[in-house]
Amino acid sequence: MQPHERLTDAIRQANSSGKTALVPFITAGYPKTETFISQLRAIAAVGDVVEIGVPFSDPMADGMTIQRSSHMAIANGVSLRWILNQLDQHGADISTPLVFMSYLNPLLAFGYEELAKRASKAGVCGFIVPDLPYEECAELRVTLEAQGIALIQLVTPATPPERLKLLTSASGGFVYAVTITGITGGGLPSDLADYLDRVSAVSPLPVCAGFGIRRAEDVSKVGQHAAGAIVGSALVEVLEAGGDPATYLRSLRPE
Amino acid sequence: MKSVLPAMDKEALLAADIAGELPDARGRFGPFGGRYIPETLVPAFDRLEQGARKFLPDPEFQASFQRELREWVGRPTALSFAPRLSKKWGAEVWIKREDLAHTGAHKINNAIGQALLAVKLGARRVIAETGAGQHGVASAAACARVGLPCRVYMGAIDMERQAPNVDRMLRLGAEVIPVKTGDQTLRAAIDEAMREWVSDPEGTYYLLGSAVGPHPYPWLVRELQAVIGQEAREQMMRQAGGLPDVAFACVGGGSNAIGLFYPLLGDAGIELIGVEAGGTGDGLGQNAATLATGTPGVLQGCYTMILQDDDGQVQETHSVSAGLDYSGVGPEHAMLQAVGRVSYVTATDDEALDALEEVCAEEGILTALETAHAYAAARRWAKANPGKRILIGNSGRGDKDMPTLSKFPPKGRK
Repeated sequence: MQPHERLTDAIRQANSSGKTALVPFITAGYPKTETFISQLRAIAAVGDVVEIGVPFSDPMADGMTIQRSSHMAIANGVSLRWILNQLDQHGADISTPLVFMSYLNPLLAFGYEELAKRASKAGVCGFIVPDLPYEECAELRVTLEAQGIALIQLVTPATPPERLKLLTSASGGFVYAVTITGITGGGLPSDLADYLDRVSAVSPLPVCAGFGIRRAEDVSKVGQHAAGAIVGSALVEVLEAGGDPATYLRSLRPE
Repeated sequence: MKSVLPAMDKEALLAADIAGELPDARGRFGPFGGRYIPETLVPAFDRLEQGARKFLPDPEFQASFQRELREWVGRPTALSFAPRLSKKWGAEVWIKREDLAHTGAHKINNAIGQALLAVKLGARRVIAETGAGQHGVASAAACARVGLPCRVYMGAIDMERQAPNVDRMLRLGAEVIPVKTGDQTLRAAIDEAMREWVSDPEGTYYLLGSAVGPHPYPWLVRELQAVIGQEAREQMMRQAGGLPDVAFACVGGGSNAIGLFYPLLGDAGIELIGVEAGGTGDGLGQNAATLATGTPGVLQGCYTMILQDDDGQVQETHSVSAGLDYSGVGPEHAMLQAVGRVSYVTATDDEALDALEEVCAEEGILTALETAHAYAAARRWAKANPGKRILIGNSGRGDKDMPTLSKFPPKGRK
């Protein structure tokens, strides 16, 4: 199975066992570098796909929580290279498919060719790049696809119908439906169901909703209209407060 | 560093820029520029670009813009001959006086132009970022003039060192939001303004103050600032009897420099020199010399030269002048450097402070700390190239710098 197919498959498997796929997000190396791998392993045991945030100095689409965790991770010495090295050395037993969430500049600085090869070796199945709109993405997309890795497209409530078709068909692995017009860390809007139905209706890939999901009822609400729920800021807040991420994630999807 | 520039046809690029063909349809100046933005903002940027392309060439819009420049901004601004500096430097020095524009800097040209555009696009409110506070003041004034509410994001560090401008913004009816994240200067203020825009892309107009950021801003700001170079060129012909041998302008994001340089690009005989902040030294973090020492990358929505480490993390900068304290630079400057049409040099904090004092003493002009960098480099150049005709873009006045200048009492001139 190609890496991008592993993503699609993991989400569909969760759905076929009657569950909403859970996609937790953590900022790599936050709050501490020493616990990154153990934390990742614990989270991967609950989540169906895990999103690893590559910290960046200018996270313009993120709210306070992820800005804070990014800046602290950079101060801790975390870089894209460090994350890949950690996964190479200690991550071989993690079978849950991984996705990197990174702003563009760290990827540019690393170099696309080397990145695609290293990512494939480290078990990374997809990339989410929040400041790379479709019009600018061809070069990265082609380079990643050569290794079978997905470039996951984001859609938003403001995306017009024609563009929605374009983005959902250009995406790989799954489609990331941003639930709100805004940055990470807010709440869910009231007209969520219509929007997610609209995206799911045109998307050939499973749709995962992200931004504003923090409670079990959010996950169940999203799950009625989308294949998966992405949990970012709320999970980072749990880590910030010294809580147990796996316990929190299990509470989002009670049996 | 893996970030290397692709090959370019330099002559063709310069010719295209002079012919008004850049940016291209994708918002590029050669490899530089583009539009790296969150998906949420794509429809808003599409509307902005379509609106700007429709209204900027529109005769009715141009008539109201030109009327505001004439009757409210006070254009054309003077071109002053500088007799005493000329004598001291062994040159013929001319100064384009943007400090005489309403609110005290070139920023007002762009602010009133974009405020008029915001009205045309049906915006309910305007947001802006500011570094030195000049763009914040200009935006506050322009919004008052067109009747739109204005909110300005400003780094907490900048609020402290440019306190008089914070008071002016408040007096002009704007709301000033302190930005305490990131580097707490211009870069963090732009990030925060972008976040605010992402939250309300429909009703908000983002009035960006420099020739930086995602397309169409670098183009839009250049078009609104080109009046500086257009006037200067005509005034040089009339008052000096010919074009200058060289023109200097300070470069932070680069809006006053592109405004002065763009109409002069086709005059191959004019050497064009942009002056960046050399800060306290050559090390990463000690200056804001993006073009002189940076590498290509994507910052705040465009591919340009930036100050970054090997991992692509954008570095903090230092300059005594808040307006030059920025880790990126406008993409058109990056291209003009790459094709060799404009050279970019630096002046240190100390050189700028010294030049500021000299311009005060010799010409009776309290110039902005940003602008003082241009004088410092011009003085150096004049010593090496005696007897030349020099044009300096005096981008703003220094009244706003008094809190900083009070830490550097005048040494006194003989």
